Amino acid sequence: MSETIKTDVVIIGAGPVGLFAVFELGLLDIKAHLIDILDKVGGQCAELYPEKPIYDIPGIPLITGHGLCDALMEQIKPFNPTFHLGEMVTTVEKLGEASFRVGTDRDKTFECKVVVIAAGGGSFQPKRPPINGIEPYENKSVHYAVRKMDAFRGKNLIVVGGGDSALDWTLNLQPLAKRLTLIHRRDDFRGAPDSVNKMRALVASGAMDLKIGQVSELEGADGQLVAATVKDKDNALVRIECEAMLPFFGLTMKLGPVADWGLKMDDELIPVDLSSFETNIPGIFAIGDINTYPGKLKLILSGFHEGALMAQKAHHYVYPDKRLVFQYTTSSTNLQKKLGVA
Amino acid sequence: MPKITFVEHDGTVHTVDAEIGATVMETALRNDVSSIVAECGGSCTCATCLVHVDDAWTAIVGPPSSEEEQMLDAAFEVKPSSRLCCQIKVTEELDGLIVHTPTYQGR
Repeated sequence: MSETIKTDVVIIGAGPVGLFAVFELGLLDIKAHLIDILDKVGGQCAELYPEKPIYDIPGIPLITGHGLCDALMEQIKPFNPTFHLGEMVTTVEKLGEASFRVGTDRDKTFECKVVVIAAGGGSFQPKRPPINGIEPYENKSVHYAVRKMDAFRGKNLIVVGGGDSALDWTLNLQPLAKRLTLIHRRDDFRGAPDSVNKMRALVASGAMDLKIGQVSELEGADGQLVAATVKDKDNALVRIECEAMLPFFGLTMKLGPVADWGLKMDDELIPVDLSSFETNIPGIFAIGDINTYPGKLKLILSGFHEGALMAQKAHHYVYPDKRLVFQYTTSSTNLQKKLGVA
Repeated sequence: MPKITFVEHDGTVHTVDAEIGATVMETALRNDVSSIVAECGGSCTCATCLVHVDDAWTAIVGPPSSEEEQMLDAAFEVKPSSRLCCQIKVTEELDGLIVHTPTYQGR
């Protein structure tokens, strides 16, 4: 049974803006849990440009996406936030004044006073291959993630892709499968060299198959695959019998369930009040790339600013009877104690 | 100023001015070529700006770098003429370039 987690604030999205919100909330004694669909913190910084330079963080002439996330994690350490990674928020319900229930696809339930949506471009979800008629097979015999390896025991299995996900699942599932075929568009793999070597050894020993080409057609009925057709670079077609297919083509951003929470939306973005970045539902805030207002710039620095103002208003909901006194970290012993430096 | 022509899968043709030094992806976005998504904004990490370079131009545009070739693994319906257009810089030589955009960029 899932328990209900009680906290002040649930932050949806653990990208740079969600992470910095922990800092601004923490200075005001507000505790936060963060939920992110990726299995790591950092959002786009971690998924799209971990090693790429960012030149427009104030005071930091040059930092990589990965470096920025590491620095933010260090900065918010004193506030000890709890992370729920690899999990997607599916529901947000208002229970009453400063009271929300948040549910995830892993059946976790949170009760909180404030919800902060820092979901960037939405949720990162697996890319779906554009194969005609793939839809009925999805989540029945075409899977974009492996939740239970045992579901593939004794089956003829196709894994598609050339990166670490495809190689890791090839190596993990090959011993269980009746027969595993790895399909990739070229005979060169970008995954970890060790995984590539292991896969090549299995192919050489005849324990699995490797087919170079692209899947062009699926056969089956009622969601159950029977075979896939692979087109090689000379356009020759090969039919491979299979009961399940696992395509790994990386992730893409989709808005996801945000649109179902009763929020006013404007072209997949959430309009907010400019003084607090609160949405049309009091107690739900939207900061970073997912919000919109006149003059909005999708910059990390804008998201940081929005998080700071959001925290001021969030304080009203979390501590309705306390007066908020504005203080600087440079001079306030009170804030310095919270940061563990005084 | 060089001109670039984007031919979308539905037959829509955009012939636009391209700034030298900009990428073909940036040129597409500035001119509302909607089939170029460019999720990562030009970091060569998302494979959502795929184009098929017109046969007459493949030799001039050249092949992808190894980093780009790896990223093409995350694209669909990849052909020998396929490139991620955030990795093609506009030069004087590319005046008249024709690229074809795919039906689907993964989203």
